[in-house]
Amino acid sequence: MDYEAVIGLEVHVQLNTKSKMFTRVSTGFGKSPNTLTNPVVLGLPGALPVMNRDAIEKSIKVGLLLSCKIAEVCKWDRKNYFYPDMPKNYQISQFDQPICEGGEVEIEMPGDSPSEIGSHRIVQLTRIHLEEDVGKLTHYESDSLVDYNRAGCPLLEIVSEPDLYSPEEVFAYLTSLRNSLVSAEISPCDMEKGQLRCDANISIRPVGTSTLGTKVELKNLNTISGVKNGVEYEIRRQTKALNEGETIIQETRRWNPDQKYTTPMRTKEMAHDYRYFPDPDLMPVKIDPEWVNRISKDLPEKPFDKQRRYMEEMNIPYTSTSALCGDRPLCEYFEKAASHCSAPSKVANWVVNDLLREVSHSEKDQQGVNLENCPVSPESLAELVNLIEDGVVSNNVAKEIFPEMYASRKSAKTLIAEKGLEMKSDGDEIETLCAQAISNDPDAADKFRGGKEGAINALKGSVMKATRGQANPKIVDETLRRLLLP
Amino acid sequence: MTDHSEIFTLTGSELSDGLASGQFSSEEVTKSYLSRIKEVDDKVHAFLSYDEEDMLDQAKSSDQRRASGKILGPLDGVPVCLKDVISAKGQPLTAASKILEKYRSPYDATVTIKLKKAGVVVGGRLNLDEFAMGSSTENSAYGPTCNPWDLGRVPGGSSGGSSAAVAAREAPLTLGSDTGGSIRQPASLCGVVGMKPTYGRVSRYGLAAFASSLDQIGPFSQTVEDTAQLLEIISGHDPLDSTSYPTPVPSFSNEIRQPFKPCKLGLPKEFFGTGMDDDVRKSIEQSIQWYRDKGYELVEISLPTTELSIPVYYVIATAEASSNLARYDGIRYTSRSEHAENAIDVYAKSRGEGFGEEVKRRCILGAYGLSSGYYDAYYLRAQKTRTLIRNDFDKAFEQVDAILTPTSPTPAFKFGEKSEDPISMYLSDIYTISTNLAGLPGISIPCGFTENGLPIGMQLIGQAFEEGKLLSIAHDYDRELQLGRSQPSL
Repeated sequence: MDYEAVIGLEVHVQLNTKSKMFTRVSTGFGKSPNTLTNPVVLGLPGALPVMNRDAIEKSIKVGLLLSCKIAEVCKWDRKNYFYPDMPKNYQISQFDQPICEGGEVEIEMPGDSPSEIGSHRIVQLTRIHLEEDVGKLTHYESDSLVDYNRAGCPLLEIVSEPDLYSPEEVFAYLTSLRNSLVSAEISPCDMEKGQLRCDANISIRPVGTSTLGTKVELKNLNTISGVKNGVEYEIRRQTKALNEGETIIQETRRWNPDQKYTTPMRTKEMAHDYRYFPDPDLMPVKIDPEWVNRISKDLPEKPFDKQRRYMEEMNIPYTSTSALCGDRPLCEYFEKAASHCSAPSKVANWVVNDLLREVSHSEKDQQGVNLENCPVSPESLAELVNLIEDGVVSNNVAKEIFPEMYASRKSAKTLIAEKGLEMKSDGDEIETLCAQAISNDPDAADKFRGGKEGAINALKGSVMKATRGQANPKIVDETLRRLLLP
Repeated sequence: MTDHSEIFTLTGSELSDGLASGQFSSEEVTKSYLSRIKEVDDKVHAFLSYDEEDMLDQAKSSDQRRASGKILGPLDGVPVCLKDVISAKGQPLTAASKILEKYRSPYDATVTIKLKKAGVVVGGRLNLDEFAMGSSTENSAYGPTCNPWDLGRVPGGSSGGSSAAVAAREAPLTLGSDTGGSIRQPASLCGVVGMKPTYGRVSRYGLAAFASSLDQIGPFSQTVEDTAQLLEIISGHDPLDSTSYPTPVPSFSNEIRQPFKPCKLGLPKEFFGTGMDDDVRKSIEQSIQWYRDKGYELVEISLPTTELSIPVYYVIATAEASSNLARYDGIRYTSRSEHAENAIDVYAKSRGEGFGEEVKRRCILGAYGLSSGYYDAYYLRAQKTRTLIRNDFDKAFEQVDAILTPTSPTPAFKFGEKSEDPISMYLSDIYTISTNLAGLPGISIPCGFTENGLPIGMQLIGQAFEEGKLLSIAHDYDRELQLGRSQPSL
């Protein structure tokens, strides 16, 4: 029988607030163990939580970005279970009154080729709620150590409907979600650092049926490709099981990325009763519509909306837009440069190819080159593209000098002047060189005259070579044609 | 007062006056209490620990401040001792539990900071029922406290150490915590004044939680005047406690000195039914007559949900406790069982060995009430009933300014008399519990003695955040009768 998979994702995102969810201790990654703590983080007797307003604000922002319904009132509940990574043995979370309900994530599937746009679809969300993160356990042979630096950091859980139907869609969903959250400066979403974590609920059903099969929750999906591989494996496992007459049991399984298979963690019977109840230490949060309004005015453009605008209004090719739109600072750089230039699509091309190449080179040497102090300012890049467009400098020469602009912070104009690289547009000089080229290569000239259009390129090449690439290609082309076919 | 050997008998305001006039120093005061503790605490066992050196250092600092004319307030140099659930930096906090035997608090509770800022000598750690769960102090893992009026009887609880210390004159002022009567009931049984403020008036930051939505810290003293003074110091909004209320704190000590016009007091008929000891009834009736004679209007009111308050309380308080006490797990700062072989063992055995019977009973009860399938029938229903209880009080306060009741149905009972029967123990809080459920302020003041010489307390319940009025009504009576000044012979 043919089966189709139905997948829902629970994505945990660490908010990049300065302090923790319920106390004024810094958040941070890579600090010495247990240095980002205080009585509240450690759950000492008498310590009490106080809500971080910024975390609420960021959650509202995410909710608006994903078209959720923002709650008028949300509240805090305790999720009770014993685990050593959780100092209080309960987690402050939101049970029945989450901060956001509903919502949607637009996804794009791969196109027929990398340069072609793929199909788009809306994936429905169930809810988004805010909670506190737990600490990190490290297991050794006879001991386990716990680091509470991460404990109490604000964590947003974004729960999708069972509305994804293939590992590719799961991948597209996570990519889109990450682009939205990174571009809205909600979180860097670095999975390696645990800033974005994901559990998947997976079931399969015969194609053409609509009831959901028994779901399996998959954990330990620590990279985006791990999510894809884990989901792929689990669908295969379930399909094989059903085809062999077995039944799927409701359980939690763990993805083992090295061995590439899933293993059982616990069954439904072993599931926790979390004994949720409203946290008496915290008041419910009333969210003023004015507050939501204010945040919505500051909302960044959604990445796919931006992409559509670039393609439709600025005529930027799809490939450039897909490289740009996941990266908000890069888009800001691009838009600034484009505003100083008559050829935005060329600017886009420069940004996603040449600029990114230089940035990634320099980032290898030194940490944290960001686009704000980029050695080539957007205005400077725009000037370079304008010089090409105005025929002052050839594209090839521009490509040559760009790394130098980046290294020296000099403007294109300065470098061109220093090196005498202006394009040669002097008609007489070019005509002499063209005539020479024709007489040096009569074969090519004959072929062109005989109707072989491509033969002209050889002649152009020799003129360019003679001018070290500085001859204006447009004038060379016109002159050659005039001399060859008078 | 020139006889320094009797300093420990003084009230807070007398100590304040004596320090101000230079009759004695804070060091002398502190030494007087320390020697009193050494003299009588073997019998009373109000203290779990005290840091003599630290107290004397604080006293000397106070004397230096006074010498340079920079005292921090009227109670500068006066000792205040704390129930052993209130954090003081560097001091133990056992909550009278084995599980916290080795813990020392690395931080000050907000009330402790406020006391230090007022120049108070923050004193020893007072006994209680383990994690404030109980009404007799018999549930302390470190042995019970005895009632200074009759060492064979309980001091009440859970803040039995705090009430006994004041009654035995081992401290002029103490702090306790009240979740269902844990300040007022022991104050009543020990013949001292004890007050639970409005929920949200005093910060809970640094108070080891029993039931978060009910717990409040409050003062004990010999007089209402002292309680007003101490409450004034510890009150106020705290940004570290989301449930503390951002309302200004009036000067209660000034307020009670103002002329006070007799007002209207309510007598809830449900509180005067069966189950009340005859001596208690007699004494309360005399107090009612006293108020009537003073021109107060006494009217019968009804609080029909009174009988529901005990079941509602035991569902809500135990539910919150089951979650609040989960952190005591043997992993970090709590004692770990030596018999644990794996992670589950660490939890089960550390808690099994570290907690006493009553704490375990309440954790299990509370977890049950929150379990899936039972939540709606127990916890949710209890919360809804709690709203009805609050509504009852709101309605009553449309008619009256305060409510007068006995604090406890009986005077101090004998050790073991109720400890085998949890339900009868729970009933000793029948008059105090609804106040916590409604979040209202309540005060117990001594109003008489039984034929056997055991103290009896009267409770006055006020409107939310109207502690000033409540204290004035109490002070009117206490100023004249001063029954808290009576001293047991030890």
